[in-house]
Amino acid sequence: MTTDIGNDLLLILPELVLALAAMLLLMIGVFGGRDKVGGVLWLSVIAVAVSALIILFSPGNREVAFNGLFIVDSFGNFMKVLVLLGSGATMVLSHHFIKREGMALFEFPVLLLFATLGMLLMISADDLISLYMGLELQSLSLYVVAAIRRQSLRSSEAGLKYFVLGALSSGMLLYGASLVYGFAGTTSFQGLATVFTDMTAAGDAPSIGLIIGLVFLLAGLCFKISAVPFHMWTPDVYEGAPTAVTAFFAAGPKVAAFALLMRVLLDPFGSLVSQWQQIIVVVSVASMALGAFAAIGQTNIKRLMAYSSIGHIGYALVGLAAGTEEAARKRHDLSGHLPGHDRRRLRLHLDHAPPGRLVEGIEDLRGLASSQPLLAFTIAVFMFSLAGIPPLAGFFGKLYVFLAAVESGLFTLAVIGVLTSAVAAFYYLRIVKLMYFDEAEEAFDKPIPREVSLVIAVSTLAVVIFVFIPGPLTSGAEAAAASLFGK
Amino acid sequence: MTWPLLSLVTFLPLVGALFILVIRGEEAMVARNARYVALWTSLITFFLSLFIWFNFERGAAGFQFVEEAVWLPDLKLVYKMGVDGISMPLVLLSTLLTPLCVLASWDSIKHRVKEYMIAFLVLETLMVGTFAALDLFLFYVFFEGVLIPMFLIIGVWGGPRRVYSAFKFFLYTLTGSLLMLVAILTIYFYTGTSDIPTLIEKANLPAGWQLWLWLAFFASFAVKLPMWPVHTWLPDAHVEAPTAGSVILAGVLLKMGGYGFLRFSVPMMPQGTDFFVPLVFLLSVVAVIYTSLVALAQQDMKKLIAYSSVAHMGFVTVGIFSLNQQGIEGALFQMLSHGVVSAALFLIVGVVYDRLHTREIARYEGLAENMPAYSLVFMVFMLASVGLPGTSGFVGEFLVIVGAFQASSWIALLTASGMVLGATYMLYLYRRVIFGVLTKPDLKRLLDMNWRERLVFAPLVALVLWMGIYPASFLDIMGPSVELLVERYQTALQEVETPSLLALVGG
Repeated sequence: MTTDIGNDLLLILPELVLALAAMLLLMIGVFGGRDKVGGVLWLSVIAVAVSALIILFSPGNREVAFNGLFIVDSFGNFMKVLVLLGSGATMVLSHHFIKREGMALFEFPVLLLFATLGMLLMISADDLISLYMGLELQSLSLYVVAAIRRQSLRSSEAGLKYFVLGALSSGMLLYGASLVYGFAGTTSFQGLATVFTDMTAAGDAPSIGLIIGLVFLLAGLCFKISAVPFHMWTPDVYEGAPTAVTAFFAAGPKVAAFALLMRVLLDPFGSLVSQWQQIIVVVSVASMALGAFAAIGQTNIKRLMAYSSIGHIGYALVGLAAGTEEAARKRHDLSGHLPGHDRRRLRLHLDHAPPGRLVEGIEDLRGLASSQPLLAFTIAVFMFSLAGIPPLAGFFGKLYVFLAAVESGLFTLAVIGVLTSAVAAFYYLRIVKLMYFDEAEEAFDKPIPREVSLVIAVSTLAVVIFVFIPGPLTSGAEAAAASLFGK
Repeated sequence: MTWPLLSLVTFLPLVGALFILVIRGEEAMVARNARYVALWTSLITFFLSLFIWFNFERGAAGFQFVEEAVWLPDLKLVYKMGVDGISMPLVLLSTLLTPLCVLASWDSIKHRVKEYMIAFLVLETLMVGTFAALDLFLFYVFFEGVLIPMFLIIGVWGGPRRVYSAFKFFLYTLTGSLLMLVAILTIYFYTGTSDIPTLIEKANLPAGWQLWLWLAFFASFAVKLPMWPVHTWLPDAHVEAPTAGSVILAGVLLKMGGYGFLRFSVPMMPQGTDFFVPLVFLLSVVAVIYTSLVALAQQDMKKLIAYSSVAHMGFVTVGIFSLNQQGIEGALFQMLSHGVVSAALFLIVGVVYDRLHTREIARYEGLAENMPAYSLVFMVFMLASVGLPGTSGFVGEFLVIVGAFQASSWIALLTASGMVLGATYMLYLYRRVIFGVLTKPDLKRLLDMNWRERLVFAPLVALVLWMGIYPASFLDIMGPSVELLVERYQTALQEVETPSLLALVGG
């Protein structure tokens, strides 16, 4: 088997940039002393931006590198850009936060870079081995990041919880992968796809060991995207981790893990639809319902957003479950999951939003509209978007997802979805109510830093303007989805 | 048409809202400027919408002023706008009421004026868009988008129980609409198009599906209209909303429900409609009689008018589902008339509320003595609400009853009893507020309406009388479109035999 190593390296150029930058910055941090944190942070942002630009200007043809361990296609590129955007934005936003909260450690941006690198590898994995490597690189970095405030009991607790449960899920995933390998004889996605297609064509039922392997694999991945019933860690970790970290958790890792889930289910296990579809349907219904109902009682904003993200994962899974029925009409589900990304972006504002003091309980947002009108407006826009009210971007996410469900004849799923989203609207509205309808007890004093307001302004605009020019985003999503399905 | 008149009317208020958004400076100045920008924007919008009225080709049944542009290419969605005889008057109603609302809130809104005016202009865009949209998804975007500004208007500028009311309003309507969204998606999936004119002409949905789809649409429109028993959000929302909010709510938002029945339920799901007619009749009759009685017992003026709205909307549903020319025209006319009359009644309550800050009926008496102009205007609209011949209310209710009589004489009889009850509670209200001896000292100090308030009521009085005395200028516009609607409905029914709800219940 001959490979052109030059070509392979060219294909992983974005990842290479991140890896080299991370190592270089680690050196700068170690030898440069404590005062270099700001510089390291901005250089990390630049590295992320360069990597994103390389991806944007790459042709996006489907190509395989390193003997089938690594795959580049437009689906992967699209998801990578989303991940990089999320990571970059959180890094920018965390600038002030880490200084104020005594987290100005150079390891922080470096670890974020490694985590981002892990996500890119996950998205591009074309083999169970490289899948696991990417996943672990990301997870290990994030375990440390979650506990980065060593003195804080809550942060350490969050880190520990995340580590123990994350390790458990990695174990399950690995166990599942080994079973699949044992029964199929290969770890390559292409190989698996061939095996399963032949099996289906011959009319053989997959062996019970294979099914168990698949279930374990799914359980591990559901853990990473925090879908019910593997969601328990999310609220605790979100609440305990430092706010900048929570924002990061909410942005990239979910997108990457979801991309991975999509690739695994649709590529190698694509012909075993009937085996996994019911699992996804159940998980999706449970996530939507739990996300909607459990969030109502929350008083801590980070926990609230954790439940909200569980609910939204449920909606994204509706798209995945639906996208499987018929080859011809599959292209929408990815687009459905896409504005989910906008949603995550929201959370990062919210967590960061009032920089005057740490916002923990949602009651602290009371009267924000009179003290910080712009910020309140932004949060309100995002809340309505999350609730899926047109003409905001969040609505189109739901539109695509439910359309995909209806097209696949999953009417019950669609109806459950809309009903839970009406329930969920309640707690999004509650936040708007607190900000606009109630009077403030004490004002937020500090003005918003410039870079924060820039990120906020851009993303708000994106949510509002989406209705007028949805073209670029949706066509990108469509091309991406087409490349995943249309082989 | 060389320039996109409908889009201009739809989005001009949005441009005005953007202008207000960038106003900076001292608070009093900002408020002043915001008021003027809002007033001028809405006036120019109204002026432009008059072009639609004058250039509308009478006698044509189809859609006019149609505009089309690509919107969401991958879903094959288009931005398509247009009006026919059913939607055109409603568009004008929206553009007429908005400047009046701005005027009515001139002095009574004192804090966050800028945001208030923005909310109203955005609301105007969404209302006009709802009536003019000719694409299912576009319609849904406008229809649902209305919730955001209305939620804020009730919640921020409303009365003491505003939070409860705002939530109730939002969640009730949202739940209904989301079910409609699934139905819209199903229709799109089945027919492969979201183009409303095509779907109206021939949707050809399987009869079994139509029942479910009809119910899903019904969930949305019945809440919006509102029909008994899902009307309970309305009295709450009306009572707590600021005056102008109630005006828009009663004047335009309720009409979206009726419009929805005419635009979607009846033409797209004829078998479903046919099947559920008895259900609608039953609910409407209950609404007419029950809510009229409830209105009779109210202590709060706004609540009384809110319940009377539910009763009047009962007439609308009876008219629509009698499914003949007179009934539907009557229902449409009743919607317009109610849009003007109930809006005016809420403004009338607003006039005394601004002065005394109470809506309790018992607090008022003998206002005829020192507020003669007010009493006169009140009388005109009270009689119009009762349905006195010569006012707009009479034409609508009369046509509805004529239509209902053809469908079922019992329904006509029961509905007509609502007119009697309506006269009872409105006259009773009028007697308690306007007549009697003026003894309370604070009432004696009340001033009659100022020029601004008279200016608000003048066009409404003129309109009520015009509609009552020469209804033909409105009926001519609706006639052809309604005729086509009824004709298509009858043809669709003849093609397929449908099960009947009555047969199902009876056997």
